[in-house]
Amino acid sequence: MPERTATIASRSGLHARPAALFAEAAGEQPVDVTIAMQGDPADDALDAASILSLMTLGAAQGDVVVLRAEGEGADQALDYLVQVLETDHDAG
Amino acid sequence: MQNFQGVGVSPGRIVGPVRRMPKAVTEPPSGERLDAAITAEAAVAGLKTAAQSVHDGLKARADIATGDGKAVLEATALMAKDTMLLKQAAKLINAGTSAERAIWEAAASVAEMLHNLGGYMAERATDVLDVRSRIVAELRGVPAPGIPSSETPFILVAEDLAPADTATLDPAKVLALVTSGGGPQSHTAIIARSLGLPAVVAAHGVDEVADGSEVYVDGAAGFVAVAPSEEQRAAAAAWAETSATLAGFDGNGTTADGHLVPLLANVGGAKDAVAAAGLGAQGVGLFRTEFCFLERDTEPSVDEQAAAYKAVFDAFPGKKVVLRTLDAGADKPLPFLTDATEPNPALGVRGYRTDFTTPGVLERQLSAIARAASESEADVWVMAPMISTAAEAARFASLCAAAGLKTPGVMVEVPSAALTAASVLREVGFASLGTNDLTQYAMAADRQLGPLAELNTPWQPAVLRLVQLTVEGSALEGNNKPIGVCGEAAADPALAVVLAGLGVSTLSMTARSLAAVGTVLKTVTLEQAQELARLALSAPGATEAREWVRAKLPVLEELGL
Repeated sequence: MPERTATIASRSGLHARPAALFAEAAGEQPVDVTIAMQGDPADDALDAASILSLMTLGAAQGDVVVLRAEGEGADQALDYLVQVLETDHDAG
Repeated sequence: MQNFQGVGVSPGRIVGPVRRMPKAVTEPPSGERLDAAITAEAAVAGLKTAAQSVHDGLKARADIATGDGKAVLEATALMAKDTMLLKQAAKLINAGTSAERAIWEAAASVAEMLHNLGGYMAERATDVLDVRSRIVAELRGVPAPGIPSSETPFILVAEDLAPADTATLDPAKVLALVTSGGGPQSHTAIIARSLGLPAVVAAHGVDEVADGSEVYVDGAAGFVAVAPSEEQRAAAAAWAETSATLAGFDGNGTTADGHLVPLLANVGGAKDAVAAAGLGAQGVGLFRTEFCFLERDTEPSVDEQAAAYKAVFDAFPGKKVVLRTLDAGADKPLPFLTDATEPNPALGVRGYRTDFTTPGVLERQLSAIARAASESEADVWVMAPMISTAAEAARFASLCAAAGLKTPGVMVEVPSAALTAASVLREVGFASLGTNDLTQYAMAADRQLGPLAELNTPWQPAVLRLVQLTVEGSALEGNNKPIGVCGEAAADPALAVVLAGLGVSTLSMTARSLAAVGTVLKTVTLEQAQELARLALSAPGATEAREWVRAKLPVLEELGL
C-alpha cells in the first residue's frame, strides 16, 4: 500500500484551521486516505477526512505522521496531502 | 392590531421585522427505536442528507463571515458531515436505534472524548453538540436552534436569552430584543444594555408573533405593537435622530447652568476602559478589580495584577481612575479568599472584610496598584468595598499610605457608613455610593431574588435619604470631600438628576448610558435638580418618587428614555 510520511508544519499543530484545511483536502481525493502517528500500527490509522479524528490524533508542530491510501490515484493524492501538511497554515 | 406590554429594560424606539428564536432542541428519548416502516439503510441515508444540509448551511455562513468567526464556522461545518461521527451513528442505526437518537449518542461520545483531551479540544466539544442539535432539528423538520441568521437586520423575539447566546448575537443584525420571559435583571436585559440595544422583557405572549411580522418596540415604555401605526413609525424615526444627538454628546457632565458633574464609567478591565474612553467617559468611577481574579484558584502575582491595572490606567492618561480593591464574597466567591459554606454570604466575610480572615492579599493588591500607578499617567484613587466603620476606613487609609497611594477612599454600601459619614470621611479622601448593595442592605432585600424586585430599587426614598446623609456627612466633616455614585442608579437619567440635586459630585455608570445621562442633565439647572431631589425624598414610595420626578422631566418622554 502506498504510504508517505509528513512533518506537521503549522504552529498550532493539526488543530483548528490547519485541521479543517487538511480534512477538506483529504475528503476531495478520489481515494480514502488514513492518517496515523509515525510508529503507531496501521490498524489504528484514522480517517484523514474526519476533522474530529484529526483533532483526537493531537499531532503537534514537528510531529511526523504517516498517510496511507490504496487504489487509482493514490500516489498523487498522497503527494498532494503531504504538501498540505508541510505548509505552515498559521503563517502570515 | 396586537399590542404587548412588558418591562422596558433598555431604551430606544424602533420598527423592524420579527425573527423568532427557535426553541432549544429536545433530547430524543433514550432507547428510541427506528420506525419499523423504515429500513436502516434508508435511515442512514436520511441522516447523511440531513448532515449534508447542515454542513451546507454552515458553510454558506462561513463564506460570508470574516476573521476568527469564519474559521470556527468552517471547522463546525466539517464536523456536520464528519465520517467518524456519522459512522458511529450508522452503527447505532443498524442496531435498531432511531436516526435522531443515534446521532445524539454518537455526538455525545465524541464530545466527551474531546472534553477529556482538555484545552482547545475541550472547547470544540461545544461545537460538536451544536452540530448535533442542528442535525436533529433538520431530521425533525424544525428550524435550527440558536439566534437565526439573516442577511437583513431584525428584531429578535425569544423566550429568554442564555449567556451562550451573547457570543452569536451580531449587533449589526439585531435591532432590538424582545422576550416573553425574563425580568429586569435577566441575562437578556444585561446583554441589551451592554450592546445599547432597545429591549423589552416579560412581554407575555409575544413569542407567538409570526416570523416576518413588522413590529414597533419601545424599550423605555416596555411596549411592543404588531403592524405599527403612523405615529409609531414617526416615533421610531424621531428616536433615530435622538440617538444621533446622543452620539454627539461631548462627554462633559454639566447642568444647564454650568454646575459640573463629571460623568465617569464603570469598567472591569482594559477592553471596557478603552470602549468607555471612546464613548466620552471623563474617567473611571469604578474599576472592578475582581475581574482580574475571577475563575482563579490562586491569587494572581503582583506583577500580573500590576500589568492588568496599568492597562486600564493607560486608557485614561491625565484623568481620574477610581479603583475598588478586591470585592470577593456573596455573589462573587473566590476559592482562596471566601468561605462558601457561610449561611448568610451577603452579610458575611466579603469585600474589605476578607482582610480579617486572609490578611496579605489586600496589601499585595495595593502594592500592585501603586506600581501600576507610578508607571502610568492616570490620577489613581483607591477605595475599599463594604466599609462599615470609621475604624475600618482609618486602617484602609493607613494601608494605602504604606503602599504609597495618595488618595484612599471608601465605598458607602453598608447603611452604617452612610449614617456615620462624617466620621468615616475624616479618615479618607472621598466616598463613593454603591447604590446596588446600599439598596439591598437598606431594604433588607436580597438583590438576586425576583419576588423582592420592587423593594430593590434605588428610587426607594429610604435609599435616597441615605445618599443625602452621606453628602451631609461630608459637609459636616468640613473639607467637602467628594461623594460619587457608582451603582446602577447613576445610569438612570431621571435618577441621575435627583442624585446631582442631592449634592453628589460625580456619577459613574455603564459607558453606554453616558450620553443619555449627560443629555438629560444638561436640560435642568442645579436648582431644578435640587427641587426634584426634595420631591423624590418626600414621596411615600419608590413608584411615586419615580413617577413624580419623571413627570417633571418631559425631555425623557421626548427622547424616549
